[in-house]
Amino acid sequence: MKIYLLILTISFSFIKGFSNPKTINEVETNKVFVSKERAITQVQSVDEIINNYFENTGGLENWEKIEGFKMSAKINQQGMEIPIEITQLLGGKMMTKINFQGKEIKQGVFDGEVLWSVNFMSQKAEKKDKEATDMVKNEIGDFPSPFLNYKEKGYKVELMGNESVDGVETYKVKLIKKPNIIEGKEVQNIAYYFFDSENFVPLQVHQEIVIGPGKGMVSEIKFSDYDEVGGIYFPFSMIQGVKGQPGQQISFDNIEINPVIDDSEFSFPEENQNEN
Amino acid sequence: MNKLILLIISSFLCFQINVKAQSSQNIKLENYFGDLRARHIGPAVMSGRINDLEIHPSNSKIIYAGAAGGGVWKSNDAGTTFNPIFDKYCQSIGAIEVDPNDPDNTVYVGTGETWPRNSVTVGDGLYKSIDGGNSWNKIGFENSERIANIIVNPKNSDEIIVGVLGALWSDSKERGVYKSDDGGISWNKILYVNESTGCADLVIDPKNPNIIYASMWEFRRTGWSFNSGGENSALYKSEDGGKNWKKIHNGFPEGKLGRLAIAVANSNPEVLYTVIEAEKDEQKGLYKSIDGGDTWKQMNNDFGITVRPFYFSRISVDPKDENVIVKGGLNGSISRDGGETFKDLGNMHSDIHDIIFDINNSDIIYTGTDGGVYRSWNGGNTMEIVENLPLSQFYHISVDNETPYNVYGGLQDNGSWYGPSAAPGGIKAKHWNTVGQGDGFRVLRHPTRNIIYSEMQGAESVWRYDVDNKLVKTIQPLQESGLPDFRFNWNTPITVTNNQSNRIYIGSQFLHKSEDMGDTWEIISPDLTTNDPKKQKQEDSGGLSVDNSGAENHTTIFTIAESSIDENIIWVGTDDGNVQVTNNGGKSWTNIISNISGVPTNTWVYHIEASSHDPNTAYVVFDGHTSGDMKAYAYKTTDLGKTWTNIIPNSDVNGFVRNIQEDYVDPDLLFLGSELGLYVTVNGGKSWSKFINNMPSVAVHFIELQKQTNDLVMGTHGRGVIIIDDISPLREINSNVLSKKLHFFKSDEYKMKDQSGFSGFFGLETQFVGENPSTACDIKYFLSKRHIFGKMTFEIQDLDGNVISKLGAGKSKGINIVKWNYTIKQPKIAKGKTFSFGGFTSPRVAAGRYKAVIKKGKDVFENEFNVIYDDASGLSSEDRNLQHQTIMKLYNMTQELAYLVYQLDVILLDENTDSKTKSKLNELKETLVITTGDNYVGAAKRQLREKMADLYSKIASGYDRPSHTELENLYLVKDMFKTAFKTFDKLKKKVKVEDLNLKSYEDFISG
Repeated sequence: MKIYLLILTISFSFIKGFSNPKTINEVETNKVFVSKERAITQVQSVDEIINNYFENTGGLENWEKIEGFKMSAKINQQGMEIPIEITQLLGGKMMTKINFQGKEIKQGVFDGEVLWSVNFMSQKAEKKDKEATDMVKNEIGDFPSPFLNYKEKGYKVELMGNESVDGVETYKVKLIKKPNIIEGKEVQNIAYYFFDSENFVPLQVHQEIVIGPGKGMVSEIKFSDYDEVGGIYFPFSMIQGVKGQPGQQISFDNIEINPVIDDSEFSFPEENQNEN
Repeated sequence: MNKLILLIISSFLCFQINVKAQSSQNIKLENYFGDLRARHIGPAVMSGRINDLEIHPSNSKIIYAGAAGGGVWKSNDAGTTFNPIFDKYCQSIGAIEVDPNDPDNTVYVGTGETWPRNSVTVGDGLYKSIDGGNSWNKIGFENSERIANIIVNPKNSDEIIVGVLGALWSDSKERGVYKSDDGGISWNKILYVNESTGCADLVIDPKNPNIIYASMWEFRRTGWSFNSGGENSALYKSEDGGKNWKKIHNGFPEGKLGRLAIAVANSNPEVLYTVIEAEKDEQKGLYKSIDGGDTWKQMNNDFGITVRPFYFSRISVDPKDENVIVKGGLNGSISRDGGETFKDLGNMHSDIHDIIFDINNSDIIYTGTDGGVYRSWNGGNTMEIVENLPLSQFYHISVDNETPYNVYGGLQDNGSWYGPSAAPGGIKAKHWNTVGQGDGFRVLRHPTRNIIYSEMQGAESVWRYDVDNKLVKTIQPLQESGLPDFRFNWNTPITVTNNQSNRIYIGSQFLHKSEDMGDTWEIISPDLTTNDPKKQKQEDSGGLSVDNSGAENHTTIFTIAESSIDENIIWVGTDDGNVQVTNNGGKSWTNIISNISGVPTNTWVYHIEASSHDPNTAYVVFDGHTSGDMKAYAYKTTDLGKTWTNIIPNSDVNGFVRNIQEDYVDPDLLFLGSELGLYVTVNGGKSWSKFINNMPSVAVHFIELQKQTNDLVMGTHGRGVIIIDDISPLREINSNVLSKKLHFFKSDEYKMKDQSGFSGFFGLETQFVGENPSTACDIKYFLSKRHIFGKMTFEIQDLDGNVISKLGAGKSKGINIVKWNYTIKQPKIAKGKTFSFGGFTSPRVAAGRYKAVIKKGKDVFENEFNVIYDDASGLSSEDRNLQHQTIMKLYNMTQELAYLVYQLDVILLDENTDSKTKSKLNELKETLVITTGDNYVGAAKRQLREKMADLYSKIASGYDRPSHTELENLYLVKDMFKTAFKTFDKLKKKVKVEDLNLKSYEDFISG
């Protein structure tokens, strides 16, 4: 049963992760600390970093044309190869399909209102709890990147300074999104992006885990294999895990931009049928 | 896109320039360690010393723990579990403060522990986080050494006061009380006494932040003595935010004072408590004021209140009740009558340094002890330990040659232990075995027998433990006629040697040798120390409270090293600065300290490492911190001590140094244990690089290199045992490798291990579990640049180029490690209603030669290697062949069945198939795969698919050759499959297969 759990987490965190290479905000740098701690050779404002990111990965115009992705990958989990397909659309619809022994199992499906997954035991769809659903709803605007027009989304960004990650100098950018409600209380929703200081693409994102047994730990996603698709540069590979521990790599064989997908694919099956 | 290409090109150019700068004289590796990372194995079972606890002022679930040597940990679940949040910085913590005006974001950490026992380390300033502990910046007090208190004005975040206790072993002007009015950007010293008197405790009136109470303490430690108290110790009060101060001693004892605590009752700020260390014992103890410090009255001077004031001084008042107070101490004491009488807190680890109350319910208290954090739900009657704080403080570690090897070591106030470097499911509390009492130091395994030597402080007991027969005896040398009393260091050196397995050395001021495992001792040296009588007055140590624990014993031998090449060469280093060597087994000794220049006289010789490459070569590290000298010293000789080279010629190393380890293979590869972490050189010390991958900036007291595995094993003083698995790639790093695009590290052979076991998860939900080493085939390579753009793939292939496995490539700059678990992918399984669990098994490859193939852009890099079987399971090659063939037979059969069911499903769905055929096909299908039920207890009867896959999985997951029973079962399954195949073949003839557009077998399998 462990396997299922693992995969479930992977696919789920992935969705969160991808929506992570995201948006940006304004210059709200704490000058004292930044200048004291690390010599930043080139003073970059956070908006410059974000603009460079969009410019270098295809330009804002191309980014704004994106209405959806469909990404397919084969995860290698301890020798077990698991095909998955992840879909995300403008407006928040998303879905991960995992293929086990020829059977497609949907996980982390969101139709804009309901978040649901198929239970591996019963193979029936079940709704996620309200707070988890609200957290996803809260981040609908993250598509295709939370940094895209971040101000309009009500997000804020801050440049925290320079930091070396994976042996590379990066800009550490704090992204403050809309707060979540967790266990009945409002909790800040913050992610840290590490932008390569030469090419301005994110190399890592860190986010504190706020629910579940990992609460208090920091999730870490590493991006690489940026390649062009539909005029945009995407990371075709990412390694996800908990900071300080080895992660799981996902490499996409294919990313389709603006796929045509029937809305019904995202709807919670009202007849709680068995999939076959 | 052009812009991007330009960028990539330009960055490549500038990389080239960087590489050129890496001459062999100056190889900086900080950005190249990549996937070479430390793993932590704890233990957390005894945890370690806590200096300060802090609770969030409005969210009782958030608690911070500041460890004496293990950093800052944050709990989000009311102390059930903690996570480290300060690993990059100095791990010695004095004080933590959460800004009450912005408690979710703004946190201050003052470094440098403040209960200054002999073994304390040093801090390096004040840090601030404005994002709840995710990022930190140092905001000053670089030379403060230890910060006792930080208080943010509850009405104004910009106003902060800081109590700096300051340097322990030297004079310092960076002491006293400081204030900032701008959030920590600039500071004013608002109370200063002199260079030897620091601020030991600080509080403000919770209702009027302008009222400040500060206790000033005159104190000093040397390597051989401690003094608490003097004319300058005093309790001060300011009523104007620190502009003016007055002593508030009305009712205090006359004469010199020592360490004073101060606490104010939140519910009634006129009520103050102090604990006074005074000249006369009867005047020591708890004093109380009910008029804001104008007058004081002695309340209590029980043992629990007066014991060891330098170590235990904290008073905490219940925020809701001015009469409930708790005092830190040997056991901790609680009073419910305003300090008149006390009782002990419930059972927990002794030495309680801090106590905090929950913000809502005062029955919930947390304590910080020498053995971690404890929680109580009933006002301190019963206490429970936090199980996931691996803060163990090792003085020393050693390893053996078992598989997996064990790690042995002794701890501050927590005895002696050993535990495995790997265990099924991770290294848990239950895997650690205790092998000594008191404070633990050297723990050594006999080189050939299952016998362990361990010791307690000052060699009061040295144990020889016959593990198999459970027999324990003490073997320390005893006084001999005609000789003075032996002087053993608190941390007495003991050494065993591979030259003679029953030999042990132990050092007092003399070197003692035994050839019979400690039954008979012979002294083989004169007094090798300075024998300075001024440094031998330990009975006077302590100041106002005598504290002769033995911790200050001085003019003793501290390190012993016998050459592994020539047993007649023995090195001895003393705590008072002598380096002595003999080349005739102790017949004559030479003190060669005068040949080493650049080290102040009498600087502590902390460790001598005899080279394993050359008998005349040795390394020595000096530690001057007990005289206030924080510099890093390491020297090397190649001529038995006649001449020495400084091997830290530049300022690469931060923190003083306690240990050095030479690589067994490459004499230029050295590891240095600094007070602020681990440093590595690959060029014999010309340049050093700090190792930071999952390695906190913790004091590294001892380093060992395990020979079989090449694992670097560190005993840290605050974060337990930390291991870097297989450091062999570092042997190949040189300026040539650094300039290559990609370089495969040597890896001739990988062994597929057969061992497994039962891990068990019982009770582990909140327990620290140490990380296991990899058992996979770890392919290691060097990348000169972080891979960011374009495709990069990693495949294992056989020598014919057939793909065996596709894995995620490592893409970090520097060392990358890709783990392959020797398997091909799992078989394609027939589609049914439910899962076939056996079908999730991936089979291992046969032993043989394989290659790793990396494609990066247009470049292809290949490296061949051997995979071999593990001979531990005792299988013959015939057994292995049968096993492999049987597994693959079942693997292929499983896939053939999958293809059959696929075809059957297509025919079933085809509208041209007649209903009679359909019905027969359905009948057949029901015998092939499960068509009803679920994956749990609703499971249906097992069909052919399950029978086949389960047998496949049973054999593929076992280590052994297929048994007779398994082979019998295989015949059965094979027959069933044959029958099914025939039946299907017949039915297939009834439809026009060519119209169905069926996938070929190959396409189906790869699809």
